[in-house]
Amino acid sequence: MSDKEPLFSKKNLKLLSDPLNSSNPITVQVLGICSALAVTAQLKPSVVMSLSVMAVLAFANVIVSLLRNTIPNRIRIIVQLVVIAALVILVDQVLKAFVYDVSKQLSVFVGLIITNCIIMGRLEAFALGNKPWPSFLDGLGNAAGYGVILIIVGFVRELFGSGSIWGYKVIPASWYIENGGFYANNGMMILPPMALITVGVIIWVQRSRNRKLIED
Amino acid sequence: MDRNSNVYTFIYASGMVIVVAAILSIAAINLKPFQDRNIEVEKKQNILASVNIQADATNAEEIYAEKIVNSYVVNSQGEKVEGDAFTVDLKKERAKPTADQKLPVFECQIDGGVKYIVPLRGAGLWGPIWGYLSLEDDMSTIYGASFDHQGETPGLGAEISTDAFETQFKHKEIYESGNLVSITVAKANETAPEQHKVDAISGGTITSKGLEKMLLDDLSSYNAFFNQKK
Repeated sequence: MSDKEPLFSKKNLKLLSDPLNSSNPITVQVLGICSALAVTAQLKPSVVMSLSVMAVLAFANVIVSLLRNTIPNRIRIIVQLVVIAALVILVDQVLKAFVYDVSKQLSVFVGLIITNCIIMGRLEAFALGNKPWPSFLDGLGNAAGYGVILIIVGFVRELFGSGSIWGYKVIPASWYIENGGFYANNGMMILPPMALITVGVIIWVQRSRNRKLIED
Repeated sequence: MDRNSNVYTFIYASGMVIVVAAILSIAAINLKPFQDRNIEVEKKQNILASVNIQADATNAEEIYAEKIVNSYVVNSQGEKVEGDAFTVDLKKERAKPTADQKLPVFECQIDGGVKYIVPLRGAGLWGPIWGYLSLEDDMSTIYGASFDHQGETPGLGAEISTDAFETQFKHKEIYESGNLVSITVAKANETAPEQHKVDAISGGTITSKGLEKMLLDDLSSYNAFFNQKK
């Protein structure tokens, strides 16, 4: 191959870093909101969900990219869906067999990865037209961009909603009103609407720092 | 070959389905023994958790073999019937008429006495919830409880499986002057005698109420057995 470029060329690195900021799938493209609201009541499921999405998206991107010159155009969406669904079931089965605790934590959400718009979006927009290696990086980058937001939201919601981080209590018990203190957990935080508001605040902060993202 | 022809599309789709089906079947068959073992170990952990022993996946079987000294199956009249308590499928039993149901009982030797452990199964918001309740030998005082669920919402209904919720059950009474009253899972505005009440989970009302119903329904079917043992 004459146009062989280094594995981590500038262009390839941009595939990894762009989704973390200027083309973040959640805050800029507003994809994958559904699962961002559902799993982020606590930090731990947020992290595991991010890792699972990363595995599925990276491999789905590679597989679709390898198949890209053979896929019949008229059924390409179905082919993508089959690839995603097969990977998700595999991930689910492997989790159940070897890390049973984690699999129980995620319960229904593993299955919901199939419906995550980001995955389908990246397959359709990127993997169908690019080589496997850039597709792999694009998958990693986008899943990381998704994961970062999930983890921020999960952190905020668990801290203010349950007074804990990763299941460990961080707000001293003596602060609580029932123990004679002044503090109460915000029950709203564990409900999905607060996830939307938290994502909104992240979008606000991001756009105020990066004026290019503001639409007219 | 023309990638947009019907024949190509058809062959491609069929081929893909067969390949994917083969991969998934092979994975499912090969991973099944590992998964079954996890489920068995987890069940033992849950049974032990109801008598306040926190076992992990590596030592659960050993502790189970040591502490659970006896297990048997009774019917709704409290008579012993044939069957292996550990492998009774509660989901199937609950579908049968009350008189035909097999009700497993586990006896645990701990703290210088025998505790009686009964399994529970009910419905939460999104799917089944289940658990184990252990009773002192007066058959009314709760020694410990452990609950679990399939898909309750993390942070809300899923809180039933946390220690904070489960420890509330300790020392509560399920009988009031000879009558089974079970345990009320109460919201702030509900009143119930303190010894028959635990606090519900805020934001998890349907799961909490499902758990309350599960306790009442399942303990009722053991009523005859409990009365015999007193």
